[in-house]
Amino acid sequence: MSATAEKPALPGSLNTNRSLDRWLRFEADATLGVRVGKVELGQGILTALAQIAADELDLRLDQVRIVTASTEASPNEGMTSGSRSVEESGEALRYACAEVRALALEAAAHRLGVSIEKLQLAEGVFHAGGKQASYWDLAAEIDLAREASGRVSPKQASDLALVGRSAARIDLPAKVFGEPSYVQDIDLPGMVHGRVVRPVNYAATLSSVDAEAVRALPGVIAVVRDGNFLGVVAEREEQAIRAQAALAKGCRWDAPRGLPGEAKIYDYLLGCPVETAVISDKRDADAKSRADVTLQATYRKPYIAHASIGPSCAVARYDGDRFEIWSHSQGIFPLRGDMVKCLRVPAERIVVHHTDGSGCYGHNGADDVALDAALLARAASPRPVKVQWMREEEFGWEPFGPAMVMKLSASLDRSGAVVDWNHDVWSNPHSNRSGRGAGSTLIAAPHLAAPVPVSPPVDMPLPAGASHRNAIPLYDFPSEHVARHLITDTPLRISALRALGGFANVFAIESMMDELAASCGADPVAFRLRHLKDPRACAVIERAAQMAGWKAGEKGDGTRGRGIGFCKYKNLGSYCAVIAEVVLEQGLRVVRAWAAVDVGRVVNPDGVVNQIEGGIVQATSWTLKEAVRFDTDFVTSRQWADYPILTFGEAPHVQVSLIDRPEEPSKGAGEGAQGPTGGAIANALFNAIGVRVRELPLTRERIATAIG
Amino acid sequence: MPENYSLNVNGKSCSVQAEGDTPLLYVLRNDLKLKGARYGCGVGQCGACTVIMDGKDIYSCDTPLWAAAGKSIVTIEGLGTREQPHALQQAFIDEQAVQCGYCITGIIMAAKTLLDRTVHPTDAEIDAALERHLCRCGTHNRIRRAIHRAAQALDASR
Repeated sequence: MSATAEKPALPGSLNTNRSLDRWLRFEADATLGVRVGKVELGQGILTALAQIAADELDLRLDQVRIVTASTEASPNEGMTSGSRSVEESGEALRYACAEVRALALEAAAHRLGVSIEKLQLAEGVFHAGGKQASYWDLAAEIDLAREASGRVSPKQASDLALVGRSAARIDLPAKVFGEPSYVQDIDLPGMVHGRVVRPVNYAATLSSVDAEAVRALPGVIAVVRDGNFLGVVAEREEQAIRAQAALAKGCRWDAPRGLPGEAKIYDYLLGCPVETAVISDKRDADAKSRADVTLQATYRKPYIAHASIGPSCAVARYDGDRFEIWSHSQGIFPLRGDMVKCLRVPAERIVVHHTDGSGCYGHNGADDVALDAALLARAASPRPVKVQWMREEEFGWEPFGPAMVMKLSASLDRSGAVVDWNHDVWSNPHSNRSGRGAGSTLIAAPHLAAPVPVSPPVDMPLPAGASHRNAIPLYDFPSEHVARHLITDTPLRISALRALGGFANVFAIESMMDELAASCGADPVAFRLRHLKDPRACAVIERAAQMAGWKAGEKGDGTRGRGIGFCKYKNLGSYCAVIAEVVLEQGLRVVRAWAAVDVGRVVNPDGVVNQIEGGIVQATSWTLKEAVRFDTDFVTSRQWADYPILTFGEAPHVQVSLIDRPEEPSKGAGEGAQGPTGGAIANALFNAIGVRVRELPLTRERIATAIG
Repeated sequence: MPENYSLNVNGKSCSVQAEGDTPLLYVLRNDLKLKGARYGCGVGQCGACTVIMDGKDIYSCDTPLWAAAGKSIVTIEGLGTREQPHALQQAFIDEQAVQCGYCITGIIMAAKTLLDRTVHPTDAEIDAALERHLCRCGTHNRIRRAIHRAAQALDASR
């Protein structure tokens, strides 16, 4: 044995942030300060993490204070993405807190002069024979500046008092009372307002600009030009907006038209060179030879926007030496990495603080606007600058969820069993996040006079996958072939959007499953159960069918119908089955949806239900209405009027049921419902009118064309 | 040219110096430091900036300062406090009718005017009142429930 043996693996993010004091501190105000690298995105994660910490340490929830993530003081947990926060941060906290509890028990026994077995712990206070000492009394004797051992087991599920019970969101009152809550609400002394003038399309370069007239406008403090990066800073927000418009007017751009245009996008993508990888190849010639009926179909999903209600925003301050940045980034450490390259200052001189933003559903403009703010803060130094993207900038420049094409074929034998399955998916990569590669992915990086090269997007590998997420069916087929064709030419700016490729792949798989069931006269629910071995998968499907009062072989009435969709997210996360009821009126409307969900051990049941409800409503919007518009020049959907999303009158009534499995590891809930929802709606449409639409969104025009 | 404008916001008189065409939203947020009305689109398409002016819910992003002068304006900050929450605020907490919360203050203000004119709105009436309010997180079901709950609480306290 070598004396320098590798350190043992520790649970979750504890493995990369191994010191206990990186996570936990007994604060002077008799609270437990918990530092996590994961951030609030509107999903309620900080409440769930507080529940976990409080439970392990026998504290009340209000004795736990989650400290806002900052590159100065928080553990580096990379990105808050992929529904992994409960798995990574939650696991780290469980083990760190269990170990701290054990250390505190020893210290308390010593202080109170009793054996550990005699101690009672409640609300952070140890009691024994009339004597007591709290965590805070003992803090000096509990050495947290030590590496976690990972050897103290967290509590058994049956001993948990908070985990598994609904807790009210800790961040919610401030938001309901209109208190400053978001990066958009930050108001620092002396703060001024910045706006950026973007190129007129992705490829445009600036040939001339009239900055002098803009400098003379009321309130203007600075006009910044750094290569093709242009911005203004003004005393008042409306002055910055006016200066932005004036500056844009005085620009001449050399702007080659470089996009294929929306009408030709799928042909364009299918004509691009691809990197092909076979990701599942099960061969059973015997089974294949039993093929009786073979179906083939092509499914399409357009570019989809994040479309957060609040456009991206950041505040930055530069004191001549150090940058301080407030951002709603999903990854403050990776963002800092890109800042180092773009601002050309070392990491020690850049601090990024996380501040909540409007709902985050993946990689939006948060990181980009942080660089914008830093670049303008340099010009306004030492005054802090807030940069608020306008709505049309958000729609024009945010990275979209990529367009995808799925070609499926499958064969049934005479008994109605699937004997062969083929799935080919064409897609751009699904991640263009900061913090990797030699260059940067931030919008302004290549626009600078000393440009920072653009890091190409990446597609995360399996088993979680990205473009091929959920492309391998969970159904048990004897013979299957699944291939991913990665297109690296990215006409539109793309990156991670909730569920990544999982939304389109599950939409395609669940549609094909329904087509197969219909072709052999099988009930869609029974047909799925017949092809599933995983009992947890069967359980969510059965529960959803029960909730909806599903009748085997039920048929729509020509305008109204119901359909089912299912997936195990990433094939390793949560299980979710959704049944949708639709009615065809002026267009297609989803009236109701029922969902059954298994996320393993549930931390905050109401939080999970909220995430699933929201996931279903958002995916209903994607499925019925959404597609990014663009011509050969640039993105043309720049306002809500051009990118309609689901309204109150269109939002389905949703009912969610959780199957709690306290002994199974917790899985995230934020992305489990999207794919099943898309599939369920398309299948419900077929059930209603007997017509299959395979291209999203399921608009009135597309349905009319399919009816013929 | 900037001019002085007198406003009545949340029952208090105040004076602001700005250009007359400045959107009321920026005056509320930047001059009066009331951050509860939020910028979403600037053109009256999303409802995140909604406040109540002379009893009517309006978009503050496309209401110029001159048009707000002399009117009575209520923002979410004037609706209730943590100590004395308005029935709607309490109901939104009780129903956990929030995900990111960015749209929620505008929705609560629109719901306030709905409940002022309709004691017990139906789902359809709620949907109609909120037709021009966007919620991207998909919290619609809970928002409807919270408004029903607030309606009941308000009725019970009459």
